This record gives sequence, structure tokens and C-alpha cells, in this order.
Amino acid sequence: MTEATQTREDRATALKGLGTARKRVEDVRFTQGKGNYVDDIKLDGMLFGDFVRSPYAHAKVVSINADAARALPGVVAVLTAADLEPLGLHWMPTLAGDKQMVLADGKVLFQGQEVAFVIAEDRYIAADAVELVEVEYEELPVIVDPFKALDADAPVLREDIRDQMEGAHGPRRHNNHIFTWEQGDKAATEAVLAGADVVAEEMIYYHRTHPCPLETCGCVASMDKVNDKLTLYGTFQAPHAVRTVASLISGIAEHNIRVISPDIGGGFGNKVGVYPGYICSVVASIVTGKPVKWVEDRIENLTSTAFARDYWMKGKIAATKDGKITGLWCHTTADHGAFDACADPTKFPAGFMNICTGSYDIPTAYLSVDGVYTNKAPGGVAYRCSFRVTEAAYFIERMIEVLAIKLGMDAAELRRINFIRADQFPYQSALGWEYDSGNYHAAWEKAMKAVDYEGLRAEQAKRLEDFKAGKTRKLMGIGLTHFTEIVGAGPVKNCDILGLGMFDSCEIRIHPTGSAIARLGTISQGQGHATTFAQILASEIGIPADDITVEEGDTDTAPYGLGTYGSRSTPVAGAATAMAGRKIRAKAQMIAAYLLEVHDDDVEFDVDRFVVKGAPERFKTMKEIAFASYNQAIPGVEPGLEAVSYYDPPNMTYPFGAYVCVVDVDVDTGVTDIRQFYALDDCGTRINPMIIEGQVHGGLTEALAIAMGQEMAYDEIGNVKTATLMDFFWPSAWETPNYRTDWTTTPSPHHPIGAKGVGESPNVGGVPCFSNAVHDAFRPFGLTQTNMPHDHWRVWKVAHDLGLHG
Amino acid sequence: MIPGVFEYHRPSTLTEAAGLLTRFGDEARVLAGGHSLIPMMKLRMANPEHLVDLQDVGELKGISISGGEISIGAMVTQHELIDDKALATAVPIIREAALQIADPQVRYVGTIGGNVANGDPGNDMPGLMQCLNATYEVAGEKGTRRIAAREFYEGAYFTALADDEILSRVIFPKPDAGTGYAYEKQKRKIGDYATAAAAVMIGKAGASIAMTNLGDTPVWSTEANDALTNGDVEGAVNAAMAAINPASDNRGPAEFKKHLAGVVLRRAIERAQSRAS
Repeated sequence: MTEATQTREDRATALKGLGTARKRVEDVRFTQGKGNYVDDIKLDGMLFGDFVRSPYAHAKVVSINADAARALPGVVAVLTAADLEPLGLHWMPTLAGDKQMVLADGKVLFQGQEVAFVIAEDRYIAADAVELVEVEYEELPVIVDPFKALDADAPVLREDIRDQMEGAHGPRRHNNHIFTWEQGDKAATEAVLAGADVVAEEMIYYHRTHPCPLETCGCVASMDKVNDKLTLYGTFQAPHAVRTVASLISGIAEHNIRVISPDIGGGFGNKVGVYPGYICSVVASIVTGKPVKWVEDRIENLTSTAFARDYWMKGKIAATKDGKITGLWCHTTADHGAFDACADPTKFPAGFMNICTGSYDIPTAYLSVDGVYTNKAPGGVAYRCSFRVTEAAYFIERMIEVLAIKLGMDAAELRRINFIRADQFPYQSALGWEYDSGNYHAAWEKAMKAVDYEGLRAEQAKRLEDFKAGKTRKLMGIGLTHFTEIVGAGPVKNCDILGLGMFDSCEIRIHPTGSAIARLGTISQGQGHATTFAQILASEIGIPADDITVEEGDTDTAPYGLGTYGSRSTPVAGAATAMAGRKIRAKAQMIAAYLLEVHDDDVEFDVDRFVVKGAPERFKTMKEIAFASYNQAIPGVEPGLEAVSYYDPPNMTYPFGAYVCVVDVDVDTGVTDIRQFYALDDCGTRINPMIIEGQVHGGLTEALAIAMGQEMAYDEIGNVKTATLMDFFWPSAWETPNYRTDWTTTPSPHHPIGAKGVGESPNVGGVPCFSNAVHDAFRPFGLTQTNMPHDHWRVWKVAHDLGLHG
Repeated sequence: MIPGVFEYHRPSTLTEAAGLLTRFGDEARVLAGGHSLIPMMKLRMANPEHLVDLQDVGELKGISISGGEISIGAMVTQHELIDDKALATAVPIIREAALQIADPQVRYVGTIGGNVANGDPGNDMPGLMQCLNATYEVAGEKGTRRIAAREFYEGAYFTALADDEILSRVIFPKPDAGTGYAYEKQKRKIGDYATAAAAVMIGKAGASIAMTNLGDTPVWSTEANDALTNGDVEGAVNAAMAAINPASDNRGPAEFKKHLAGVVLRRAIERAQSRAS
């Protein structure tokens, strides 16, 4: 087709811009095994590191003897805390204002903790040498229960801060207490509870689990002593933040550090924090002058890098007898393990847990969170969610169900009564957030209609009748969820990590021939940024997405940004991309006007060109404009066509969704069969529907994993019981149900293109939906609350305790 | 997950393989599919100094059905068991059970010999071999001997196989035509061992029951067999339940497994009965 015969629609289609189900450009290399991950990096003379780890959850380290290991041919060095101490690197700061041992300093606090770092000429020798390091331990009493951790006579875990009663987030009231965080109006909430028609009360436990990305964490540190430059390759979700932190703690000037995140095989929050392996590799490279690689194995990933959840949420919800919610109270005991290694914005030690009023217009609320130390791995990261949002969503969506039971109401109707109405947006929540936009009733009605909710309830009633008549041993459960996410952290005025404001960035260079490269401060771990950000730009600047390279992850070339987690890439870096695109377009307009010999205001943008207003046959395409910017002297306009934008979002974005799950539960075996799952997501403007669908499928499958089997379990002496994929549930295609996806579109009013982010929504909404379905199956027999994961034996136990086994 | 140092041997005859075992004694381990041994080596819970890989030993391959007897070489993979049409016709329970072992990738490599010889209570084939009343042929440097599957298992990972012997073939009588069968297995996910599993055959000559992962060894009970042979389902289930001794683990507490074992066995019996003619 020639340009002359192209319609406006043809030209728009050719751009593959916003709304196009464009195939992922990344998959060309991934599906051919041509990705380049950290473990693919091989440098000349590279050495290998491996850890000696603690077999005990709490013990004094009496002595470490590495003589035999050092004597093994091929071993270059063995580092202990004593070696790191002179450099001040035996401890490191966490992202949560705490500090963490890099190598055991006098004691160990969790099973799998790093005790010594062996550096050898090959990976096998390193592993052999680990076996030769002799460590003498003296066992100490172990605490795995966060409530017992706060007993008056509990052993002190953190000797390093014993009796230091002022913590990073205010006063500590016990040596094993980290912080108390309070939001909302306590007195007013307690008054509402005292005077309410109905109060439902329940302890909701969201168990400890782990993001467990396909690729584990690792790095290659390469210190060039000639040029005094450190290059650090790693599985980093926030490469610029790593560079700044590395500079601050190592003393190497920031311009002499280059951090590169190559392809990353999934992060899900696990790769936000800083781990001892990174520090030890850097030190080892500085000491030896050679590159040092450290890549953890699966057991190390599960047992020592950041876990997620482990929130004990005590809730009280007050309502009128007609079901109008009048107040919400929540006290959470948060088990952070041995060190507070959350990756929350500084002012939010419990993340955005205060989104726990959910999708409902709850006038009065109060939240308090106690952070507690135990002898478990450190962390508390956001596993495929914005900070603690899945905990909040699980809490409120369970409390709604508990209240429905107390009121004897249908849970769908109870939600309908209490949703924030479309005309209430922007909505100020009782716990301090301003929800940007939403139309919850519309989404809910669409979902109810799509699944034939009334029909499902009728079928369920019939099934119950058959069950009671002995005709079947399977119950049917209907799980409902309406969630509201809070993503896109965030406004610099209240969001920072280690003092770094949580803006993000995009730099665009248009080449003379009209193609382009865009560099961002974020880093894809599978989200498809190279695909979607090019689409945003295509629509903004009229250059086909296929002609735009998107590059991330190299701090020497990419503009500064805070990385990818908490569904922040589209809300923040996506906005920066659009804004940078608009700067390009503004300059292009001036060039076009000059070329067309009219005033700047007399041309207007039209898909892929500027046209003279009222004379569309007179135009200059973006390709022509790009060329002109490099080869013509245009008065008052600098040569070239480049722009950079740093975007500080004015508010968070609030994606939402309505999910329905139908499950059959075999009461005799505890086996559950998810036979239907409907997911309606509203993520504002939809950039690439195919990527959205893929994200929803992935997020739902991780939600299935968490709700139905995945956990980090410990025995009473702190041994990890789920350290391999035999016991840590990772669903395969076989266990994964079919998903039916749907959407409504309520753009964000403050985002340049109205997009809200979607990658984490399905995990946030999915977990309560699966869980509510299992609960719902047993509702007629008196179940109000049981803990996840709903694996076979726990479901069987529910049936057993309800007397369903005769 | 890096194994210690070992020497790798790849014999091409059974005699040569047995000779290596005689020479190295308990410092050697034979490698079949490796799905149990290699993870143990990577965890350094097994540290053999000599690894004797059996994959080139032609005598350990092949499935033969002749007369009333079926003989399967130890190095026959689970995939080959599933794929062999004559075997599927003669003993369909083998295919039904093999399809419930792990996943296709594992089954392309995992072998029947490794599965029965390792003595892992989680493996499915040992229980099935109780049900089929199989005999194992074992080979040493001095020759071969036969051991009944029902007498082979002494405890978890302890069997009647000597250190210098290799389990070479699995042999069992071909079930009568019209024998009803079922292998019923509950597991947490694809790739997992059974939480509880039951193998049941009901034929004209009698019935047979065995269970998996409900004790240190595969569960075989003469009383249960006799009861089912007499058509007494309740008696059979009760006898089998008396013979199990499951341990609590991540699959659930013993209380759950005991209950589940009964459910699984009843379902297997029901399905076997429905298939018997």
C-alpha cells in the first residue's frame, strides 16, 4: 500500500500503538534460548563464590576454622565476618532502616544464614571447600512464633540492638519488637465498634510464602583496579538504587560503579533487596582483582532470600443490621524474621497495609501493625503486589465474608451495599488514601452477569441438598472478590527508599532516519517493557513501535529510576515515557511548522505526522521531521531530536477488579477442583491487551499457588520444612485452571495516558477469591475462617472438624 | 546443589558392571535414571566415589511377553512402559500407574529398575509389584538369583539386594484376561510422590491389593488379599488399614493419611470391580 492510499486508520494501525495486541518482542530471543541471564555471563579469569550456611535457626558461633578449606587446591580465599569488619561491611543496611549481617557476626539468627564465603577457581571446588569449613555452634533457644517473641521472658534475638529502644520507625517496646505503625482514628473506631448493631471479629492469618522466581538471585562483580571501576551484573529489580547503595556502603564513587541488570527470569519482589552474596562478591572482586560470580541455588533462594507475607491480622468490622459497614479495626502482628528486610517506602514500615478498607466506603477505621523479630529468614517483601497490598486485600475480603456470615447475608449483596460509588471519586479513605477513579458497581454487575451468579447459587443449593442426601461427597464453593490495588509508588513527597524519591524516568533519542531508542529507569523481569513502552511512544510520537528500541538495566546509559516492583513501571516510568514523548512532539511541531512555512500553532499532530490545520494534504511525517532535525539549520531550534523526562507522579493509581471462582471440594480427600475462574480487571487505559491477559494469567496462577498450597513452613526449632520444589508448591500447567478474563476501563485522571498498572492485580485479587471459594463451600456447615494454604490435608481437616466424615 | 567428587564408569555388559561393584564395594553406586540418586548426591547426602552408569548395558533393556510371563529389563523407562502397546494390553495397570509417576520429562529417563530397587517408600512401582506378585532377578559377578518382590523390601531404603548386586529384570505372571484393575493415587501436584496410593487387581483366580507411601515399605497384606478374593470389601479395607503405618510429613498428619488411605483404596476397589469381567 502506498502512503497516498493509506487511510488515517491504516496509519494508526501501522504504529502498533496503544490498545494493540502486539506480540512481545522479547520472546524472539527467550523462545530460542537466547536470553542473557546473570549466570550466562562469563568473564576472563572469573572466580566463583559459595556460602557456608547455618544449619541452626539460633546459635552462638563459637569458632570458624577455614584452614582445611583454604588448603584445598583452587581455593582463593575464605571470608568471614572478621575479614569484613575492618571494611565495615560485616553488616549492611536493609531497605527498611534496619541492618543485617552480611556474614555471621558472633551468632546466627535463622537457618540458612550466611556464615562464610568461599572463593574458588571453579564452582565445584567452591562447593567442595564449603564442606571443609568447620564451624562450632552453641545452640540457643529458638523463636518461630511472633506472639511468643514478645513474651516478657523471650530470649533476645538481636543482641546488636539490645536495649536500644528507639528504632527506625519509632519506639520499640521489647527487644524483639521492631516498630508499631498506626493509621486512622483509634478512639473513633472503638466508639463505632462499641455502638454497632453487629460486630464481626476474626483472626485472619496470611501465611509466610516466597516469590520463588524461576531464576534465583545472583551477581557477577568485576573490579577493574586499573581504572578503579566496579561493574556489577546482577538480578536487580532496581539497578540504580543498587548503584547508589553500593557507592554509599563501599565508598567507591558512584560514577565509578556501573550496575547492569541483564535479562531477569522473574523477580516478584524477591530481587528488590540487597543480599549478602552481592556484598561478598564485590569484596571478593576488590580483594582478588578478578571477577567473582555468585549464583544461589533453589534451596538457598527459598531459605535465605526475601520471603513474603506472614501477617497475623486481627480484625473487627462493624455494621448496621442492614449491612452498611460503619467501622473497621485491624491489629496486625507482622513476622519479619531475623532482620527487617522489607522493601517498603521509608515512611511505610507496613507498606500500604492501610489500603485495607478495600473497595468499600467505610467511614471510620483504625490500623496498627507491630513488626516482630523471629528466628526465620529476613524479608517481608511485596510478592507480586504493591507493598503489603495483598495482605490488605485478603484481610478485607475475608472480613466481608465473615460479616456476611454474621449478618446471614449474601456476600455479593453485602459488597454491593458498601462499594464506594462512582460519584464519590476522587475518594478520601478513612486510612489516608485518595482513590483516583473507579466504577465498582459497574464492574461488579458485569461480573455477576457474566458468571450467572444467581444460577451458580441455585446450583450450589442443589448440590448441598444432594450432599445432605448422600448423593455426592463434593461440595461447591463460590468465591467472590472485589479488590482495590494501590500501585505506582510513588509521589516523591511521601515515597522514598533510603532517601531516594520514587520518581522514574525515560530518555528518548530519535535517529535521523526516523527510528528511535528509549531508555528507562525501570527493568523488565518478564513484564514485556520493550513491547509496551514502545507502544506508548508510538502513539505519542507517531513512530511505529517496531522502529523503537527500548533499553533498560544499564546504569551507565539509562536515566536514573527506582526500578520495577509494586506495579510501578507503567504508572511511573510509563508516564515518564509519555511525557518525554510529548517533549519530542513539541519540538517536532516547531520543525514541522518551519518546513511547512506556517506558524507553530497552525500545524496539528495527526497520528504519524503534523498537518497544516484545515489543509491535511500539506503535512510532514515524523520521519521527515526527524531527518530535518539533523540536516537543516532551523532558526531558534537546536539540532537533534531528543528528550528526557523525570516523572514524579501526583498520586498513586488504584486499579481494581471483580473476580469469581467456582470450586468443587471433595470432603473425603480434601482435593479441590477449580472449575471456573472469571477475572474482570480495570487497569485504566489498556496498552497491550495480550500482555494484560498474560499478566492476569500469571498473577492468578501465583495466587492459586499461594492460596492452595504454597508456604514457607518452619518446625518448632526453626528448620525450614519447604526448602525444595517438592514441598514448595509451584503449579504446573496441570494444576492450573482455565481463566476467563474480562475488563472495564476507568482511566486514571492524573496519569498522562490514563493507565494504572496491572501486573500485580491478579495476585492481589486472586488469593482472596480462591480462598473465599473454599470457605464458601463449608459455610452451610458453620465454617467462618480457616487458614491458607488450602492444601489437601487442611481442607480435609476442615471437613473432619465440621463432622462431615460421619 | 553441587555433588562431591566421583569417578564415572560406563560398562557395556552386566558382568562388567557387576565386576565394578565387586571391586569397589559400598564405595560404588549404580546409576539408572538417576532421579533419586543424583538429587541425593547434589545435596551431598549420598557421596559415592564410583558411579556405575547402566545405560549402555543392553541386557537390561527390553520388554518380553512370552507364555504366561512378562519380563521387563531394569533399564526400561517409565515412558517405554507407557508406550508399549503389547504390555498395555496384557497388563494395563502398569500403564495406568506409570502415567501417574512424575511428569513426561522424568518418565523419559526414570526406569522401572531404579524405581523398584531403591527402596524408597514413595516410589509407585514397588507397591504395584506386590500387587502383581513380581519376582526380581538380581545379578552379581557370580551369577543371578531371584527374589520375590513381596520379600524384597526390609525398610526405607533397605532391601534384600546386596551391595555387589544389580537388579536386572522384573518378572511377573500375566494376569488372566478380564482381570479388573486400578491404580489410584492422590498427590499434591504433578511430580509429587503419593500422599496415598493403592493398586488393586480383581481376577477369576483371586484379588490382590497393595498400597504405596503409607509405611516404610510397600504395604502388602495377606488378610486384605484373602478378604477381597472372597468379595469382602469391608474386610479387605480393614485389613489393609491395619497394615499401614503412615508418618506425618508435609503431605499431612498421619491421621489424615490413614483416613485418605481408606478412601483411596475403596475407590481403587470400586474401579477394579467395574473393570472386571
